[in-house]
Amino acid sequence: MTTTVSPQQTTTTPPTTGSAELPSVAEGAGVWTTGPRGALLGLGIGAVLLLVIAPLTLGGFGLDLLGRYLCVAMVAVGIGLAWGRGGMLTMGQGVYFGLGAYIMAMHMTLADTTLEGETIPTFMRQNGVEQLPELWGIVQHPVVAVAAVILVPTGVAGLLGWAIFSRRVKGAYFAILSQALAAAFAVLIIGQPVLTNGSNGLSNFHSLFGWDLSDQANRTVLFLVVAAVLLVMLAVTWQLYRSRFGELLVAVRDQEERVRFLGYDPALIKTVAYMIAALFAAIGGALFVPVVGIISPADIGVVPSIAFLIGVAIGGRSTWLGPVLGSIAVSFAGTQLASAFPSFWVYLQGLLFILVIGFLPGGLASVLGLVRRRRSQGANDDGGQAAGSTTAPVSSEQEATR
Amino acid sequence: MSRDHRPSYLEIRDLRVVFDKFVAVDGVDLRVEQGDLRFLIGPNGAGKTTTIDAVTALAPAQGSINHNGHELVGRKTHKIVRYGVGRTFQTASVFEDLTVLQNLDIAAGLRRRPRDMVRTRQEVSPRILEVMETTGLSRHQETKAGVLSHGQKQWLEIGMLMVQDATVLLLDEPVAGMSQGERDATGELLTKLAADHVVVVVEHDMEFLRKYAQSVTVMAAGKVIAEGTVAQVQADSTVQEIYLGTAGTKSLEEAKVEAELLGLDPEAVAVSGSTQSKEN
Repeated sequence: MTTTVSPQQTTTTPPTTGSAELPSVAEGAGVWTTGPRGALLGLGIGAVLLLVIAPLTLGGFGLDLLGRYLCVAMVAVGIGLAWGRGGMLTMGQGVYFGLGAYIMAMHMTLADTTLEGETIPTFMRQNGVEQLPELWGIVQHPVVAVAAVILVPTGVAGLLGWAIFSRRVKGAYFAILSQALAAAFAVLIIGQPVLTNGSNGLSNFHSLFGWDLSDQANRTVLFLVVAAVLLVMLAVTWQLYRSRFGELLVAVRDQEERVRFLGYDPALIKTVAYMIAALFAAIGGALFVPVVGIISPADIGVVPSIAFLIGVAIGGRSTWLGPVLGSIAVSFAGTQLASAFPSFWVYLQGLLFILVIGFLPGGLASVLGLVRRRRSQGANDDGGQAAGSTTAPVSSEQEATR
Repeated sequence: MSRDHRPSYLEIRDLRVVFDKFVAVDGVDLRVEQGDLRFLIGPNGAGKTTTIDAVTALAPAQGSINHNGHELVGRKTHKIVRYGVGRTFQTASVFEDLTVLQNLDIAAGLRRRPRDMVRTRQEVSPRILEVMETTGLSRHQETKAGVLSHGQKQWLEIGMLMVQDATVLLLDEPVAGMSQGERDATGELLTKLAADHVVVVVEHDMEFLRKYAQSVTVMAAGKVIAEGTVAQVQADSTVQEIYLGTAGTKSLEEAKVEAELLGLDPEAVAVSGSTQSKEN
């Protein structure tokens, strides 16, 4: 990057009357993409920490906890893409997380049932069901289950996304709609106790694809898989962010109409990003089930859907690593504080969210960007014609409602 | 130029745009051909921008809008663009968070395959380099569009039109807020572009119009009231009446200046203005 901008310079041509100039987003919240070297470094550090140091230093409990954080962080990576880059404030990722999780949980419950020599899961028998519902039969085969984890949420997101975005529903309306979806989905799950075990959820899993989940060695392998999947997701988003699609997505976020006048259909671009976010959430959900050992409507409704957002906002939603780091940090803080002061943590979460959206829309990553700019400014002070004109202030309000 | 090398054209017939009950454009006929640099002028509320909006499906259109044999009425914006219609907006609307190069690359990417979309840009296409050269933005290739000066943003918009492969260029007040030097450069560029594009410019700047317009269409109250060369339009009695008649709705000074630039007698404005104020 050779950009040199000095904010001291002022523009020579005054803006026309009536043309309210949109302030640009500060560097940190914007599109600073990490170069290949930085990305490899980031992924390398992540790989060493997660694949080597964590399994060696953490005990079974610690590893399970971290595995849980990583599953939630997968949702955050998707939200970073949809919200940070695509401007879609999706407050209903619980739907896709839940779809992935429930498909996996259904498969695992069935597998355990078969191992026990039964044909129908215990909770169904208690509900007086005598024949396995067809919906369950479908996911009995592991390959079908894995395919369903990938295809069902992505397909649902594709249909919903296209319906929503081609009608040009956006901003706060989209946020409300997505949140209502999460609420409706949780209600749907609770309302079908025969199929889903209602608000109790599905739990008590003993095996995954034939592996014994009570064996610590298997659990460690499971953790390694979770960590590797997250790293792959990060590599994918890194490439997406620096691809032409990534640039187009930012263009759609900032000026949807303008993109239309360049001959693209913004609905299509947004739908694709939304589908990828849904896929990440679904994979996170599917891995959450064997790692945590339970999935219930309490993990997928409105509150968890909003909780997914908080880490993303704090970390810096439009940056590459901000969402994942923010999410892990919030999960960690949550575990620490929730046991010490259970109700206080909820308030603190809310307060943090408000503070970040209000005063630091770029998240903590923007602080880093600010420091970077300060430094490069100092270096550039003595030389170089600057490119243009004024640097516009951060527009927090405008950003937040997108 | 159209793809079969016949001259491009844009033909609007009996265009009506109605918002609720308000008729913004009322039966407009307009034909512009490649090689012409057409200016669309008229007092505020005449329906100039609305006409352009109708062509690009931003306003609900009735009637017929034809570009090189393609009917545009009833099509979606992005489809119309794919037929070769490009436009700019009164407020320069570039992607502020992206660099100049990224802006142009998106504009040029209309016919890119999905496979290329997930890749990183390996090299800058010669066409984009050329356009950056023409619009004087080469130096700012890696600059974020948000920090460009107002004039530079307008130029970037025009540049985006150029790489977009558009055959019809609709420009809404392209020189608003530009310095004299920038205006002249824009005028030269538009003249050059008009040779192989259909160019329609909505403009309030009468000096700019007199210098660069090859033909002028005057609109008032949603209708076309005159069309022809600058001289013909200046001599048109309806135009004189409209421009003088609006004196009451704008400041007298403004009307005088506008009339003078059009080549009319500013004193007539004063008379007409004072009659109106008496009536009120």
